[in-house]
Amino acid sequence: MSQEADLKISEFLDICEEVCPMSFILTKKKLDSLEDGQVLEVLCQAGESLRSISIQMKDEGHLIKSVKREDENHFRIQILKGGGEG
Amino acid sequence: MSKAKDVKKVKVTVDHHLEEGVLRKVTVDADIEGKNEKGKIDFAALRSGGFIKQRQKDKFTVRLKCPGGRMSIDKLKVAAQAAEKYGDKFVHFSVRQSLEIPTVDYRNFDGIMQMLETVEQGIASCGPRVRVPTACGGCEYNPNGITDTQRMAQESTDRFFGARTNHKFKISWSGCPHDCIKTAGADLGFQGGVYPVWDEPKCTGCTICASACQEDAIHAHPETGKPIFDAEQCIYCDDCVRACPTLAWQEGKKGHIVRIGGKAGRHPLLATIVAQFVSDEEAHTIIDTTIKWYQNAGKGKGRTRLGVILREEGMMDSYMKTLEEAIGPEKLVSNPPVPQKIVIHPQRNPL
Repeated sequence: MSQEADLKISEFLDICEEVCPMSFILTKKKLDSLEDGQVLEVLCQAGESLRSISIQMKDEGHLIKSVKREDENHFRIQILKGGGEG
Repeated sequence: MSKAKDVKKVKVTVDHHLEEGVLRKVTVDADIEGKNEKGKIDFAALRSGGFIKQRQKDKFTVRLKCPGGRMSIDKLKVAAQAAEKYGDKFVHFSVRQSLEIPTVDYRNFDGIMQMLETVEQGIASCGPRVRVPTACGGCEYNPNGITDTQRMAQESTDRFFGARTNHKFKISWSGCPHDCIKTAGADLGFQGGVYPVWDEPKCTGCTICASACQEDAIHAHPETGKPIFDAEQCIYCDDCVRACPTLAWQEGKKGHIVRIGGKAGRHPLLATIVAQFVSDEEAHTIIDTTIKWYQNAGKGKGRTRLGVILREEGMMDSYMKTLEEAIGPEKLVSNPPVPQKIVIHPQRNPL
């Protein structure tokens, strides 16, 4: 659905087994290790986890470039560090 | 202790449910710490309540006024010192967010009040009057918060706290539809809400909003990924707006959802929604209007909660009419149901 499918992924993180607040902390930590303009790909569960990450990333000033459904219960989201308005 | 002889022991019953007119006349002689002569406690100072009789003889719980459950550090420190000096070895957080200092001897009321006054820490209320409004953290720092509940709790305390009503009158402020503060159980509750609007040109079809929405109100179009919005399912949580990376979802209407007639207690009532997306100022107008309507509708009915009166024939219509006169018809819900009973006790079988 997104035209950004060819983004260069700098890091990957699987937070499917994590719950709040670790899902956020791990994502934040991983993003901290990147430079602005780099992309982190996160694999997470549908529902609360995806909802929280998408809202939190915006609050933290990053931009979600694409969201792809992996399967029924999982999503792959690509986060551009420092790409948001926050 | 040496002054004990000078102190005239007067047996008084302090009933915080007494009318002000009666209570105002009651004074007792008491041994007031730090003074060489016997002092007087003027119970008029207690007329808004906040001193709650304990099981133990002469002991009262002193309930502090903490709008929205917030307390500055300087007040907290003095409250701790006051508890140490006049109370027992603990404090208690009331169900409605007030810090309580239990086991204070009534002869120390003057002392504890003077101490608390040094930091302008007031006493809360009890009995048939407007209580201290409760609130969640609100939009100031809570990620889900839509409305500034802390400011509203403070303002509504300043404006309405202590007003006499038939029975207790509880105001609550929730910042979002999670309704952590349980406005659905308040006499008058305000919960923050946003009605989202979608600006198509800004939308890239990323589908984040459909994933963020927990209410099945947004589905992604299978080809374009753009949202299909089902307004009926929306509970005004603002998640879509906050999740949207491109600002395609924006806040349309924003304000307080107004619930009325809820209560806890032995026979709880579930509040009913009477207005939506009211402004801060309209919220205060609604509080003012509701208190006045309640005082009027409750005449001769004694200690009866607002929700119980609203369940009487024709009362909901009367209330809605009054509300319409106060804030106009635009934001009112048409024909809201009366507050509903919540059964929590065993139902007795008929004999």
